[in-house]
Amino acid sequence: MDIKDIIKDENVIYKKSAVLTDNEMHYCPGCTHGVVHKLIAEVIEELGIQDTTIGIAPVGCAVFAYDYLEIDWQEAAHGRAPALATAVKRLMPEKMVFSYQGDGDLAAIGTAETIHACNRGENIVMVFINNGIYGMTGGQMAPTTLQGMKASTCPFGREPQQDGFPLKITEILATLPGTSFVTRQSCHTAASVRKTKKALIKAFKNQQAGKGTSLVEVVATCSSGWKQSPTKSNDWMVENMFPFYPLGDLKDE
Amino acid sequence: MKELKLMKGNEAIAHAAIRCGVDGYFGYPITPQSEIMETLMEEQPWLDTGMVVLQAESETASINMVYGGAGCGKKVMTSSSSPGVSLMQEGLSYMAGAELPCVVVNVVRGGPGLGTIQPAQSDYFQSVKGGGHGDYKLITLAPASVQEMADFVDLAFELSFKYRNPAMILSDGVIGQMMEKVELQPFKPRMTEEEIVAKYGDWATTGRTSNRKRNVITSVSLDSEYMEEHNHKLQAKYKACEEDEVRYEEIMCEDADYILVAYGSSARICQKAVEIAREQGIKAGLLRPITLFPFPTKQLQKLAQSAKAMLSVEMSAGQMVEDVKLSVNGAIPVEHYGRIGGIIPSPGEVVDALKSNFIQG
Repeated sequence: MDIKDIIKDENVIYKKSAVLTDNEMHYCPGCTHGVVHKLIAEVIEELGIQDTTIGIAPVGCAVFAYDYLEIDWQEAAHGRAPALATAVKRLMPEKMVFSYQGDGDLAAIGTAETIHACNRGENIVMVFINNGIYGMTGGQMAPTTLQGMKASTCPFGREPQQDGFPLKITEILATLPGTSFVTRQSCHTAASVRKTKKALIKAFKNQQAGKGTSLVEVVATCSSGWKQSPTKSNDWMVENMFPFYPLGDLKDE
Repeated sequence: MKELKLMKGNEAIAHAAIRCGVDGYFGYPITPQSEIMETLMEEQPWLDTGMVVLQAESETASINMVYGGAGCGKKVMTSSSSPGVSLMQEGLSYMAGAELPCVVVNVVRGGPGLGTIQPAQSDYFQSVKGGGHGDYKLITLAPASVQEMADFVDLAFELSFKYRNPAMILSDGVIGQMMEKVELQPFKPRMTEEEIVAKYGDWATTGRTSNRKRNVITSVSLDSEYMEEHNHKLQAKYKACEEDEVRYEEIMCEDADYILVAYGSSARICQKAVEIAREQGIKAGLLRPITLFPFPTKQLQKLAQSAKAMLSVEMSAGQMVEDVKLSVNGAIPVEHYGRIGGIIPSPGEVVDALKSNFIQG
């Protein structure tokens, strides 16, 4: 039997979303970005919003996110994605707009843009990848780096007197009246991937319903930055990240 | 219908923006230009034209909202004054790199730092030499009246879309705050998405329809061969701009021995200085650059063939004078006269400076 005889529509139980491009991803083995990209692509396809969705890419490892999803994209300056998303949505309220940002982008350099977009209740989706480290620049300390966690700019571990405390920005954003749905998810197991997808669907549907800002945080691994194998990274995340960044909905209105 | 009104330069900017079909304004308050956003908020254009007006959390956010709007092919603008415009330089560099059109109004005040709220022209370098990082230019228009504040909004948008590059209206605290009569242009409707595509091409992020590939607005590439090519493309645009878009005004230059070179409110002062000088038998003239980038280099070269000397008059420590010198290239003497820190020179002072530099002793 030839492979072509097997690949028939009636035999397909799972396939790559048509919203994902065929470009090979540049992400490291074990990185969570690829999984979240795939989920967003599936959500866009399932909701039938490919022609109306505009993505705002960050500075960080996902700077080239626009290579992987077949939708219109704008690539923002570091931290400014929520400002771009604000204008895109306000000028074209009938379109679907989401920003995709890492912890350095959303919770350090772009903190003002993040908080004020949420506080205005901009009717957008913000996807927040939190791996507690700067991946693209080579493993420096992030605002969300845990106490004691090592990074190239805190080589002996994050020490609050020197480096400040890890920032729970998602908790802060949940207190703002402009946010309607704030959740923290992960993608380290098949079940958690499905939960993250559900959260993304809810976030996009909230935008369709005009409910204000939805923020989906995904606690993520960075095997290269953490200097651990992908499987060890997952275990380390469960043991260390989840106690400080507990999973679940912080707000669902 | 055209309308004749008496208003401040800042107010004229706001009314002109609504009338020429601007899609969005994003700004942050700062003296001496806050009347622009105040007027827009009072006029509530969203009720009539659908124009979006939003007070942002900072100038950084404002210019990035402008980036987002411009990326959708919309006519979007912001305004600020010197310290705020410094904060916008990151965004302007990104917009030049991503080839996005927009209009930024700078109602200049004295610096450096928080400086003063009084008028100055000390942001010339920042405006015409790029301002942010990388090799780029801003198309820079210098209004010298409330009428030009109004007229240049439409012109700046036209040029910024033609070249897909940010355009700056470089005003100052005098032009922003003074009241003059102004003829407002008739209302032009905002463009639809289809009209934008037909006129400017299909590059904006309005949603990837099935008949085209995705549009991506970006300024990044890790391929240096591509990046060199991209930079050459930008430079070619600036060259075309220098060929085709130079605008200036000449007052009594034909027989002038001495040319004053001044823009914006300094040009208004120099207009009077020319009159005073002529009364005293000094054949003075005024070359007023209307576009600061592109600079009227060729016209200055031409004038240098017949004039004896040039005096660049600016409310700065001497910035435009460098471009005047580069243009004249040593053919005749070029000097600078200016007041700084928010002081406005008088026409008499300018005439005295002309005499002390070139005529007496």
